[in-house]
Amino acid sequence: MEIIKPLLQYLAVMLLAPLLLGVINRVKALFAGRCGQPLLQLYFELYKLFMKTPVYSRTTTWVFKAGPVIGVSAMVTALAILPFAGRPSFLAFDGDFIFLIYLLGLARFATVLAALDTGSAFEGMGASREMQFAVFAEPAFFLGLAALARVTGHSSLAAMFGVLTGDLWRTAAPVLALLTASFFIVLLAENSRVPADDPNTHLELTMIHEVMVLDHSGPELAYILYGAALKFWLFGSLIACMVLPRHSGSWALDSGLFILVMFAVAAAVGVVESVIARLRLIKVPYLLITAFAFSALAMIFQMGR
Amino acid sequence: MPLVLLSLLILLLSAALALCLGGKPARAQDAGAYGAAAASLAGLVPALNALLTGSSETLSFPWPVPLGSFSFSLDPLAAFFLVPLFILTGLSAVYGVDYLKSYAGKKPLGLSWAAFNILTAAMVLVFTAGNAVLFMLGWELMAAASFLLVLFEHEKPQVRRAAFIYLTAGGAGALMLMAAFCLLGAGSAALDFSSFLSPSRGAASAVFILALCGFGLKAGFIPLHVWLPEAHPAAPSQVSAVMSGIMIKTGIYGLIRVLGFIKPWEEWWGWTLLIIGAVSCLLGALFALAQHELKRVLAYSSIENIGIILMALGLGVVGVVCGADTLAGLAFAGALLHVVNHALFKGLLFMGAGSVLHSAGTAELEALGGLAKRMPRTAPLFLAGSAAACALPPFNGFAGEFLVYLGAFRSLNSAGSIALAGVVSGLALASAGALAAAAFTRAGGAVFLGEPRTARAASAHEAGPLMIFSMRALALLCLLAGLAGPFLLLPLGTAVASGFGLKAALGAAEAAAVPLIYVSAGGLVLLAMIALAAAKRRAFLGAKIPSEGPTWDCGYAVPTSRMQYGASSFSQPLTDFFQPILRKLGQYPVISEYFPGKASFSAEAQAVFYNSVYLPAGARIRDLAYRFSWIQHGRLQIYIMYIVVTLMGLLLWKL
Amino acid sequence: MHTFAELIIVLVILLDLALAVTGALSTCIRLVALQGVVAGLLPLLAGAGAPHTRAVLFAVVIITLKGAVFPRLLMRARDKSGARKDVEPLISYPASILLCLGAFIASSWLGSRLPLPQAEVAWIVPASLATIFTGFLLITTRSKAITQVLGYLVIENGIYIFGLALFVEQPMMVELAILLDVFVAVFVMGIAIFHISREFDHIDTAELSELNDWRRGEYGK
Repeated sequence: MEIIKPLLQYLAVMLLAPLLLGVINRVKALFAGRCGQPLLQLYFELYKLFMKTPVYSRTTTWVFKAGPVIGVSAMVTALAILPFAGRPSFLAFDGDFIFLIYLLGLARFATVLAALDTGSAFEGMGASREMQFAVFAEPAFFLGLAALARVTGHSSLAAMFGVLTGDLWRTAAPVLALLTASFFIVLLAENSRVPADDPNTHLELTMIHEVMVLDHSGPELAYILYGAALKFWLFGSLIACMVLPRHSGSWALDSGLFILVMFAVAAAVGVVESVIARLRLIKVPYLLITAFAFSALAMIFQMGR
Repeated sequence: MPLVLLSLLILLLSAALALCLGGKPARAQDAGAYGAAAASLAGLVPALNALLTGSSETLSFPWPVPLGSFSFSLDPLAAFFLVPLFILTGLSAVYGVDYLKSYAGKKPLGLSWAAFNILTAAMVLVFTAGNAVLFMLGWELMAAASFLLVLFEHEKPQVRRAAFIYLTAGGAGALMLMAAFCLLGAGSAALDFSSFLSPSRGAASAVFILALCGFGLKAGFIPLHVWLPEAHPAAPSQVSAVMSGIMIKTGIYGLIRVLGFIKPWEEWWGWTLLIIGAVSCLLGALFALAQHELKRVLAYSSIENIGIILMALGLGVVGVVCGADTLAGLAFAGALLHVVNHALFKGLLFMGAGSVLHSAGTAELEALGGLAKRMPRTAPLFLAGSAAACALPPFNGFAGEFLVYLGAFRSLNSAGSIALAGVVSGLALASAGALAAAAFTRAGGAVFLGEPRTARAASAHEAGPLMIFSMRALALLCLLAGLAGPFLLLPLGTAVASGFGLKAALGAAEAAAVPLIYVSAGGLVLLAMIALAAAKRRAFLGAKIPSEGPTWDCGYAVPTSRMQYGASSFSQPLTDFFQPILRKLGQYPVISEYFPGKASFSAEAQAVFYNSVYLPAGARIRDLAYRFSWIQHGRLQIYIMYIVVTLMGLLLWKL
Repeated sequence: MHTFAELIIVLVILLDLALAVTGALSTCIRLVALQGVVAGLLPLLAGAGAPHTRAVLFAVVIITLKGAVFPRLLMRARDKSGARKDVEPLISYPASILLCLGAFIASSWLGSRLPLPQAEVAWIVPASLATIFTGFLLITTRSKAITQVLGYLVIENGIYIFGLALFVEQPMMVELAILLDVFVAVFVMGIAIFHISREFDHIDTAELSELNDWRRGEYGK
């Protein structure tokens, strides 16, 4: 079993994930006519937070401290399943994407419990909205992955993306285009991007992800920010793998191309964030139902072939 | 096999002893609890043996009952159900000793323990019966004993109402089962399971429908579930654990046995099971989200999990009919594994709810809060149980659902009907999982986290040592079962082979072996990462002492515990979206002035099926019956005339 | 060429979904216009080989009519009648989108059952049936008169695409008949809407169901 290449891929992801959020912020600043934060800003913030002493609320218990720990561990474990440039990582098996979805669910479970532990109305509000969006995003994501499994004929993520090249796009373009759109909407909702949630808002009544972590500080907040970067890499790599044009035999060339496409995905998210306004909270389920409709259409098209 | 009979005997003897010692509650508790624990240990041995060796044994005694024979059979399928039965009843008995201590002198503990042991004995009888009459004997004994246990707090009117609904449902189910067994055994001398021949197509479908409804009234699928959310919360918590954990599984066991008698199967049977299972799991999770009492949340969650098991069974039947053996094997394996997993984590959850009820005096979600500080050993166990219930790795709830998902995905590449079944089941599982996660974070958060909302919650105390012991044992089993997937494959394979045939078992074993190893590896990696992250956090904190402060309240001067998000506010976005299904009843204030005075708001989730389907139907039937009430008018002369007329009619008919 | 045709069919279905859930009247009119243009392009791409001059001319006429003339007429009718900008649906967003998806599934099943000649592009029949259903949805679940005209136009688009499944190049007579039908309908409805709104001060069909005499309380006058 190969060790070196998957290990290098793993380390690359752990190092590069915070850079994506920097790219998004730079693109948004470009649209706003500003100079913007440095690209490496998140790295500086993580370092600063790790050096800080945390402040804990008197209402909280061990659940508050365990939430970020479990969240980031679930993300790091999920990385071991995620394919890189269409190549498998350490744990690649039949049905591995189900394990991935439920690991994301575990991270959400831990974060929501940590938010409810503070006994604050703000965190409770964010937690409630977070679970509500999950109810609509999970079926859309799941149906999309099922359609992808049927198009590619495999049931392991790495095998699915290994087959997804330009030839498959030529024969099944409508299905794959619909699936990419659906995954993109799910990415926006799950990673708290506009139009589902605004990562820069400071009004507690309008926050969702931001307000759930309002009381965290120090190393716990660093874990949360890093986990969010890893989650963005996870969803972004799904889309990048879908649009990668071809697999040449060379590992270095493929990996380089993949990382470039990842930056392109981050830039696309930045463009979307700058161009669209944030939706009313009542309309976000409708957005996710639209993603479900895209996945369902893709599935129907594929079943009819 | 003789050991199973020995455990039966121990149970019945200890029940009798507990009844006799009713006057001295402590002695009665000891008799009942030790008897249950000993019987469980005695019964586990042959069950595990049957599972690991794959052997079946039978034993019969002469019995003068017509159509009946005292024949027992222990095959791997029955053994697979017996293992969670014995584990759960043993641990519940240990739990019950501490739980019922406070009722000594106020309630007849001897009778309660006798009923508990008779319930366990009846369930053993149901799982090992080899004859229909013996099966029905065990079935009715189970219903009677659990009825007595539900009536534990009979001074409360809602408990009496719950027990009555439960008894009615059980009686209706038993009638249908008797009809099904009569159809199956038509023509044979004794209603032995081994002598049942496969009936003709029409009769087989009738048997299927009767068995589905009869066993459904015990298992609790929607729409036959209305008794479950009433009866399970009303019983004392260790009894709720046993009822939810294993008694509703007797319905699943019966359904599997009857399916074995009416081969070959038809496709519409599989689709019926699939659709009913999908509807049960979705609606069960949705209703769980809307409840305001902790034990009702857990009861609806049981309905959701039974729906998952039924859906997996339906998927397997469709697979067998369409010739996809791998799909069928994986689906059946997933159903059976979920039976065991659900017993473990639901038992843990009900025991946790019992501890909360015991120490805070109430299980209303809006009256609790902050119990993690007052019950520091119960809280992590309940939260672990919630994680298992939401099928999160590394706990055991994930493994059963993973097998069903795997089957659904492997079926996607085949032709129409199977692929459609796979998509429907996978989608239902994913949606129900998200709803269940919302329901359990809501329940766990409202009860254990935040600030206490009432004085009762603030003065709660930790649960007794035996209660903690039982809960710890179950939590440990949940974690182990989640990590030991590949080791469970052998007993699972023998059980599937015994219940559904060898081809399915082989298909399942071959398809699931490698993924389960990876799942366990993934679980171990997750635990290692958690340990690593915790250690790094400790390292980063170093010698620094974190400071304390109040929760961020946006500068508000006097935050109170009533201001935190409660259970109904947590679920309000979702329950409002699904209002057409949930039909919440609400009383909303109408504010028209500029400086309004006091106003109040209330919202209640009603039992939709009971109020919209059963009550109107019951009213119609009652009105119809009133039309015939003129027959009963109380005059003796007319009754004698009835008798004379009937006798004359019979005489004329015979001539 | 066939992949393009397939993509256009997908676009038609996506436009159906968008029509089912749009809330603004002007967006609705523009979507129907776009659907008409896209449907008009379809015969040029679905046939084998290069299209005839007659077919190209025909497509140009239809695209002009559906893309420029009809939307302008409808916008004028809307402005003159002073209608509110909102579409006022009678069923909720999730219900509309699920109904539309369900209609597509039913159309696929129906399409596999109908005894039609094998179409060159696979999804023409289900897409056309789904478009017809979306038209019916617009007519029955919206309360304005203009959306009823739009629904009729969508049904016509669906019938047009369905005809494509039967004849790759449509005989001119059939096409002219359909087009005249549509033109008259839009023209007449435009005039009718204007007159209705002038008489009753609104074009809400829900209120139009009340008989005027009964409202005034006089019988027979």
